[in-house]
Amino acid sequence: MSIAKRIIPCLDIKDSRTVKGTNFVQLKDAGDPIELAKRYEIEGADELVFLDITATEKRSSLLSKLVTRLSQELSIPFTVGGGINSIQAAYTMLQHGADKIVINSAAVLNPGFITELSNEFGSQCITVAIDAKKSNVEWQVFTHGGKKASTLELIQWARQIVDRGAGEILFTSMNHDGTKNGFAIEPLKQLVRACSTPIIASGGAGTKEHFYQVFKETNVEGALAASVFHYQEIPITPLKSYLNKNNISVRIS
Amino acid sequence: MNIGIIDYGAGNTMSVINALKRLEQNYFVSDQPTKLEQADKLILPGVGNAQKAMLQLRKKNLDDYLKAINKQVLGICLGMQLLTEYTEEQNTDCLQIIAARCRRFNQDQKVPKIGWNTVQFEDTPLFKNIPKSSYFYFVHSYFVPLDKSTIASTNYGTQYSAAIRKDLFYGVQFHPEKSGKAGLKLIKNFIEL
Repeated sequence: MSIAKRIIPCLDIKDSRTVKGTNFVQLKDAGDPIELAKRYEIEGADELVFLDITATEKRSSLLSKLVTRLSQELSIPFTVGGGINSIQAAYTMLQHGADKIVINSAAVLNPGFITELSNEFGSQCITVAIDAKKSNVEWQVFTHGGKKASTLELIQWARQIVDRGAGEILFTSMNHDGTKNGFAIEPLKQLVRACSTPIIASGGAGTKEHFYQVFKETNVEGALAASVFHYQEIPITPLKSYLNKNNISVRIS
Repeated sequence: MNIGIIDYGAGNTMSVINALKRLEQNYFVSDQPTKLEQADKLILPGVGNAQKAMLQLRKKNLDDYLKAINKQVLGICLGMQLLTEYTEEQNTDCLQIIAARCRRFNQDQKVPKIGWNTVQFEDTPLFKNIPKSSYFYFVHSYFVPLDKSTIASTNYGTQYSAAIRKDLFYGVQFHPEKSGKAGLKLIKNFIEL
């Protein structure tokens, strides 16, 4: 049996609560992250991602408290991100029980940071997230939660991320995020071809067929979504049975 | 029963602690051979770089202690690989307790391997009452090929060791502390061996 494709709910955290924006702007409260995380574990989520978008100085201490509690409550792996821009900040998260950390803007601002993290903690716990938008022909990389354009092109940046020692890439298409029209198949195919690491697809999930499509048509290792899981529009247990019936290798417990 | 967790800076120590707490198991964490000697069994956790890990173990004289030990030890992930002779990861000599050598995954596989995979095993006490072909969570770039020490296997391009054993030493390549119910059961089985 081959390795299972991963279904990954993503929880955006602000002031220790789960929120979800659509198109990176509007925010809605989607509840207590610990309760939501426990529900996802029971429903069969393979992994969880927590992105802290708290914009105050309290962020890192709130986040490390949350990580401590998550590590006590969960027996599946979880990844934490949001403003991690130093070895010390990454160490704190891993020490408190996070399995992986995810960075985005900090990597664009200082690509050497990926190498530093990888040398310190090993590539297996370093995920780099890429937010990109298609403008004319090129996929352009954005930072700061999709607010700032960079000069980087998606595939070149992805190759650099892998060369610098990251263990995984989480790709969000800003054109697709929040639309519920399906994942960005074309750039995902290109990423899978260009990178030797696992690729996680994000942005655009609206139906269970979208998950089938992304696993069938691209060789991504996992698919991530937020609101469709938070509001139970696509419950995880039936989603995984559906994928399993359609010959996508998923973990059924 | 008291479990000693060997502290040498491994990344998953907290997760192992939390798994033992969930099992309501007494435990302590230490890097001192004299203290660890008071434990009934030991867990060698492991996430990170093999060469750094071996340096830490040597610095704390934990390498000689482990080689001479007379109690059951469970190595997890990198902790399992450290029990072998050698790993291709930066050409590192390991503890040489189990005669196996760790290799890097083939280039046509995505590396690191990250995710859940089924594990195949025959009747063996470490996997007692765990359903056949249960899923466990793996994160690694190097692997132990099938060997006489293999007690469970899994697949990633090639069939390889998911668990190994020699005498009192057990090693699992996956993370039982992150593998849901099956993983907790495996830790419980190790405690009850």
